Amino acid sequence: MAVVTLTIDDKPVSARAGESVLAAAREAGIRIPTLCHLDGVSEAAACRLCLVQVEGRGRLQAACVTETAEGMIVRTQTDTLREYRRMILELLFTEGNHVCAVCVANGNCELQSLAAEQGMDHVRYPYLNPARTVDVSHKQYAIDHNRCILCTRCVRTCDEIEGAHTWDVAGRGTLSHIVADMGQPWGDSVTCTSCGKCVQACPTGALFRQGSTVAEMTRDREKLADLVTARRDKKWTV
Amino acid sequence: MDRVKLATVWLGGCSGCHMSFLDMDEWLIDLAPKIDLVYSPLADAKEYPDGVDVALVEGAVANEENRHMAKVIRRRSKVVVSFGDCAVSGNVTAMRNPLGKSLEVLRTSYLLESAGTNTRLPDDREIVPALLDKVLPLHDEIPVDHYLPGCPPPAARIKAIVEDLLAARTPVRSADQIRFG
Repeated sequence: MAVVTLTIDDKPVSARAGESVLAAAREAGIRIPTLCHLDGVSEAAACRLCLVQVEGRGRLQAACVTETAEGMIVRTQTDTLREYRRMILELLFTEGNHVCAVCVANGNCELQSLAAEQGMDHVRYPYLNPARTVDVSHKQYAIDHNRCILCTRCVRTCDEIEGAHTWDVAGRGTLSHIVADMGQPWGDSVTCTSCGKCVQACPTGALFRQGSTVAEMTRDREKLADLVTARRDKKWTV
Repeated sequence: MDRVKLATVWLGGCSGCHMSFLDMDEWLIDLAPKIDLVYSPLADAKEYPDGVDVALVEGAVANEENRHMAKVIRRRSKVVVSFGDCAVSGNVTAMRNPLGKSLEVLRTSYLLESAGTNTRLPDDREIVPALLDKVLPLHDEIPVDHYLPGCPPPAARIKAIVEDLLAARTPVRSADQIRFG
């Protein structure tokens, strides 16, 4: 197996050829903030929080989809990156209606935690306050589009792990939204198996079990990666 | 040493931040000799005075009175702190924004069937200040010096920033001190 050596934050790191900068950094114990990345499913590079600086490349690179290369010099913590990461989080907060105080995911939300971690004590841009809907037509689960950041974790989880591809993204720009099947209410979907993996995958309070109230929605995301690993390594006999 | 002139203000919020302020419990006794509480819903001053050193402002800017008050606070205070999530982000107070402008909000609240019987728009402008079309965080109306998120900010978080400001230190706060919600 081909191995490349590179430098991340002045630390020499070795990686398998083809491995992403994000994976190599994690293996070396260097934490890069992420939001749309989910262990066990493919990368979307949608959130841009994992942006890093690569010497010799003019543009910032999303670590999750940037392949490691021999001699690469990567920086993950600079003032520029910190400013962009905070800006990305602020824009996510303005684009939807994120009211932590009354959210099912309060205290268990990756968006909320990252905002605090990145020093976001207020948002400098005007809130858009879009009119978005809540779909409670499913008998067990619900989707609150106000809290959706379009990371597409649910879309990828449903497609790649469950194999149902109930979820997808419809619309363009600020009108983009997650749809079930051809845009019907979730409860009317003929492909949804009600497995709940999308609910486990959601980083915010957008997907939740019905009946959960403020701060009650906890998740076990490792289960999804465990499932993928177990399948790949044939840990079950059928 | 001169006492620090402290003001606390209640704009478009639920007063939960002020309840959390009172939750500082016995530390309020330590605080009392260091400050003059010159204006507050917890005190009896009718006019917001000149020369306030530190103002903790709870609530979003939701109506004409809030907007007027915000400007008065800025003019008459050295340091203005956005006190709690409503002041910082609009929070629950701003949840009406997606419903539309003020008239649509009033119609939804007072005229729809769900509003019950005897439906009527509140119209006494002498008593009820006019709603703004969009609820704004405090810093969209006036420049703000420090932000104290939380719904409400826990008492320990309030104490930390008040201590910093009394000692004329710039508050530097870790992730667990600025978490929303």
